[in-house]
Amino acid sequence: MRVLFDGEEFEAEEGQTVAGVLLAKGVRSWRTTRGAGRPRGLFCGIGVCFDCLVNVNGVPDVRACQRVVADGDDIRTQTGAELPS
Amino acid sequence: MSRIETADVVVIGAGIIGAACAEALSASGMRVLVVDRGAPAGGTTAGGEGNVLLSDKAPGPELDLAVASRRLWPELIESLRAELGDEIARVEWEPKGGLVVATENDARGPLAILAEAQRRAGVQATAVDAATAREMEPHLTEHVAAAVHYPEDAQLQPVLAATAMLAAVRSRGGDVRGWSEAHGLVVVNGKVAGVRVGEGTIACGAVVNACGPWAGHFGAAAGAPVEVLPRRGMVLVTAPLPHVVSRKVYAADYVAAVASSDVDLQVSAVVESTATGTVLIGSSRQRVGFDEALQVEVLRRLARSAVKLFPVLAGVPVMRAYGGFRPYTPDHLPVIGEDPRFRGLWHASGHEGAGIGLAPATGRLLADLMYGRAPVVDPTRFRVDRPAVIAEVRT
Repeated sequence: MRVLFDGEEFEAEEGQTVAGVLLAKGVRSWRTTRGAGRPRGLFCGIGVCFDCLVNVNGVPDVRACQRVVADGDDIRTQTGAELPS
Repeated sequence: MSRIETADVVVIGAGIIGAACAEALSASGMRVLVVDRGAPAGGTTAGGEGNVLLSDKAPGPELDLAVASRRLWPELIESLRAELGDEIARVEWEPKGGLVVATENDARGPLAILAEAQRRAGVQATAVDAATAREMEPHLTEHVAAAVHYPEDAQLQPVLAATAMLAAVRSRGGDVRGWSEAHGLVVVNGKVAGVRVGEGTIACGAVVNACGPWAGHFGAAAGAPVEVLPRRGMVLVTAPLPHVVSRKVYAADYVAAVASSDVDLQVSAVVESTATGTVLIGSSRQRVGFDEALQVEVLRRLARSAVKLFPVLAGVPVMRAYGGFRPYTPDHLPVIGEDPRFRGLWHASGHEGAGIGLAPATGRLLADLMYGRAPVVDPTRFRVDRPAVIAEVRT
């Protein structure tokens, strides 16, 4: 299956998480912090720390380590705090 | 082995009310020891939203106490800053104002009547039309039948506020001790001579029962029961959001929910943001004893009521939920004063959901009464020996 990351097409395996797909492509950061705009990616990897938040199909604050990809997902870098679009 | 200790006053309960009483008493020169069976500021104080509200109170003794308290909060924070420095006195004080919104036409009349009565009592309350309300809060629902703006409503972080006051007590020679449970009084000739805490006894001239929803328990243990009961509330916390809500915005039916005595679940939307960007969604009221079980139906109704006020919240993730127990009295007034059964036993509890806002005036009033000074507000309606509150000793 294929997903989009910031407009770029990535190949993905059935059952992979968003974090899994991104890390496999060498992407280590997919969010910036609300205050200083610092980069964030995977930290705990088990759904606890809420550090790996990302925007998937217009929904912000999705935990990349918990969300299993679906074909055609539109994944976007989250900039600080976002409202759903 | 029991320790021999002394204090002028022992305050039981290190929540916001106990902290405010201890602060006021130590400011008057007393050596105060505050004990809590758990972590300081870890009970009801940690389970709410930090409301400092005038808007939800009808004219009467509670509003008088709230008006005095609203005046005292900024003064108290400023004096704590002067005494302890910026770091400790940072309590996220936000005089953000409140906006009460009626979404149904039949709520317009009662809201207008309440606002008029509050204005006559000296509260700033300005009726605003739907367009103005939506200018003030751009994400607000389009279904605004009427709205009233209360610029004096404010918010603070209650755990920080309580710990700042406790820090002042310590710096004035008093002490604060967590994980120390009070079991009862030592009474000599009808007068308090000490309090039994943990394994030991602390000799003191006065004891303040500031146990919040557990004030009835300590009262019973002391042989002086008071009718203070728990009323459960839950709060939903969203993920940190960009700017969605500026003020404390709540539905007009909240005032009726606060004043009701129903045992059954009541839900009324109260929505506000915090300094970190999360949005807090209250409020629920339920009398279920001290049952802490999380009820999904309560959370569901909270979410639904908030979305009715702010439709944008429908797609926002909820990060967590928390809850607590409000100290409820049958006549919805706090209990502040000396117990008629034992000289030297004082009560300061029963503030229900308003304890954060009412704390400084409660502490001041208690100190005024103890010292025989002119009281900051008329204490008559808060008396311990009123029929709604004084409970019979069960033998």
